[in-house]
Amino acid sequence: MTDAPLSAVEKPRNQWWDVWAQFRTHKGAVAGLCFLIFITLFVTVGPILWDVDPGKLNIRNKNVRPIYMGLFGSDVKVAWANPMGTDNLGRDIMANIMAGGRVSLAVGWTAMILAVFLGTLIGVFAGYFKRLDGLLMRFTDLVLALPLLPLLLVMMLLFRDPLRATFGPENGIFILIVTGIGITSWMQTARIVRGDVMALKEREFVLAARSIGTPARRMITRHLLPNVMSPIMVSATLGLATAIITESALSFLGLGFPSDFPTWGKILFDSVDRMTAFPERVIWPGLAISLTVLAVNYIGDGLRDALDPRIRGQ
Amino acid sequence: MLDSPQTPLVSVRDLKMHFPIHAGLLRRRVGEVKAVDGVSFDVMEGETLGLVGESGCGKSTCGRAVLRLYDITSGEITIDGAEIGDTSQSKLRKMRPTMQMVFQDPQASLNPRMTVEAIIKEPLDEHTKLSESEKREKVGELMDAVGLNRQFAKRYPQAFSGGQRQRIGIARALALNPKFIVCDEPIAALDVSIQAQVVNLLEDLQEQLGLTYLFISHDLSMVRHIATRVAVMYLGKIVELAPREELYAEPLHPYTRALLSAVPEPDPSLATSNERIVLQGDVPSPANPPEGCNFCTRCPSVMDICKTVEPEYFEVAPGRFTACHLYQNTNDTAD
Repeated sequence: MTDAPLSAVEKPRNQWWDVWAQFRTHKGAVAGLCFLIFITLFVTVGPILWDVDPGKLNIRNKNVRPIYMGLFGSDVKVAWANPMGTDNLGRDIMANIMAGGRVSLAVGWTAMILAVFLGTLIGVFAGYFKRLDGLLMRFTDLVLALPLLPLLLVMMLLFRDPLRATFGPENGIFILIVTGIGITSWMQTARIVRGDVMALKEREFVLAARSIGTPARRMITRHLLPNVMSPIMVSATLGLATAIITESALSFLGLGFPSDFPTWGKILFDSVDRMTAFPERVIWPGLAISLTVLAVNYIGDGLRDALDPRIRGQ
Repeated sequence: MLDSPQTPLVSVRDLKMHFPIHAGLLRRRVGEVKAVDGVSFDVMEGETLGLVGESGCGKSTCGRAVLRLYDITSGEITIDGAEIGDTSQSKLRKMRPTMQMVFQDPQASLNPRMTVEAIIKEPLDEHTKLSESEKREKVGELMDAVGLNRQFAKRYPQAFSGGQRQRIGIARALALNPKFIVCDEPIAALDVSIQAQVVNLLEDLQEQLGLTYLFISHDLSMVRHIATRVAVMYLGKIVELAPREELYAEPLHPYTRALLSAVPEPDPSLATSNERIVLQGDVPSPANPPEGCNFCTRCPSVMDICKTVEPEYFEVAPGRFTACHLYQNTNDTAD
């Protein structure tokens, strides 16, 4: 009799080990995680090792081709000092991709987190509280109906200068772009979350929690949010991709970061004119964007499976 | 029941639960589904009141409305001396420990993202100030009480069979030492061998802890096994309420007779001799119940008065209530 409580009290191993074990079984997710770690290190630690100023002009050394082009002919201009080549102003492309990646990833993650947070908040409130539903969903429809790019352009024009003055040119524009993308891309998440919450609300375990007397606050955090994790995770991974691409589009329109401030999208668009002569200038930033988005999608997929106890351990 | 010393723990008077129907472009209210339409009954302390009826007659809604999981349309509900008919949900929260519920579908009533321990612990988290280790100990005791192995505390509901899940649901309902438990078809989703286990568990717990049940079911033989008194519902109303033996021996209301004649008889020689009352037609929509008696469209012994006047629900004989024009409110059964 005295042993019985002890055996029940013994603490089993941490649930997160199970999550990790399940995550590891998803090959794509592990590959995605490796790539994401690699690209993050590339853009953060890379500039320390590759100590080249991305903005430094060297007009005599312009249009250097990437190092592997040397394999195809000896008349191609290559240099070990610029393994990915230089652009038409002689700036080192690898240093630019490192510096640009840092901005792109920062914008992507921050805007995605903001959008998912807003979307989840509004979706949960609209789905759970019947009284707020009409109001919040009509507001969502309203934002959805706005043409986003013109709206962002107007925002840029209106708030760029005051923000620049307050936070400095780079931080100001960063805040502006992140907020702009964040508050214009939460609607899909909100709609999906609302739908799922409404369906979950009718499930018996929510009724059971109500019969226990669980207040709304804990009902949401304990019963609803863990169960809408999957769609939130999916829209988060998609949101990261959209944020990076929207930032590129803004930079392309000249309303993003200043022209001497590289981002992946900006490098991409700057190179479009000479795409036929220098395809590598489009391929590298394009590949970086696509692979990052793909990696995050796979990680999201793996996490969704790993966090779902119904799938875990099967 | 008059000579009984028991006092009602739960007393329901004229309970109505109507759900609005919205239709059209402007989502205007065009009518209402009268899921529960004027139900009155008492549940004595320590007894089991069986609530039977066919699908869609409002049994489950009635059970949920009694616990105020819905905001009821009208009526009075008194549980353990407190009137909760129009108490706000936030005030009701403090009274939740006295009344708990066991749900029909053990799969749907457990959150798939929570471990068994977290599920059983939830009521303790909400209503007690025990320390984590005390809670864990209490969860262990509850798991013992319902016959679950303590080793399984950290598993998720999908790792359990239907009967085990229902035990988890029962353990959760017991966590706060309630007096009154609404069992909303707790055995309907289980197979027959497990049904007996769960019903016996419920009976054992009743004996040990002095629980009072409102046992909702459509399984008449199971209700006969567990219930002290039985209420029969049809289309949102109680048509008959009587002690178990009398109801099964001599059903008064034509609907009860039809319902009881549908219970399969295991003895083949008796099965052929029993005449089966087969009702014609379908249950009318609760959004548009017939005038007069709700059962008049299908009643085998329908009279003219049934189609115009709604029968009164009254005590025909001591402890036996019915709502039918075949009986007059003079306490004698005129046929």
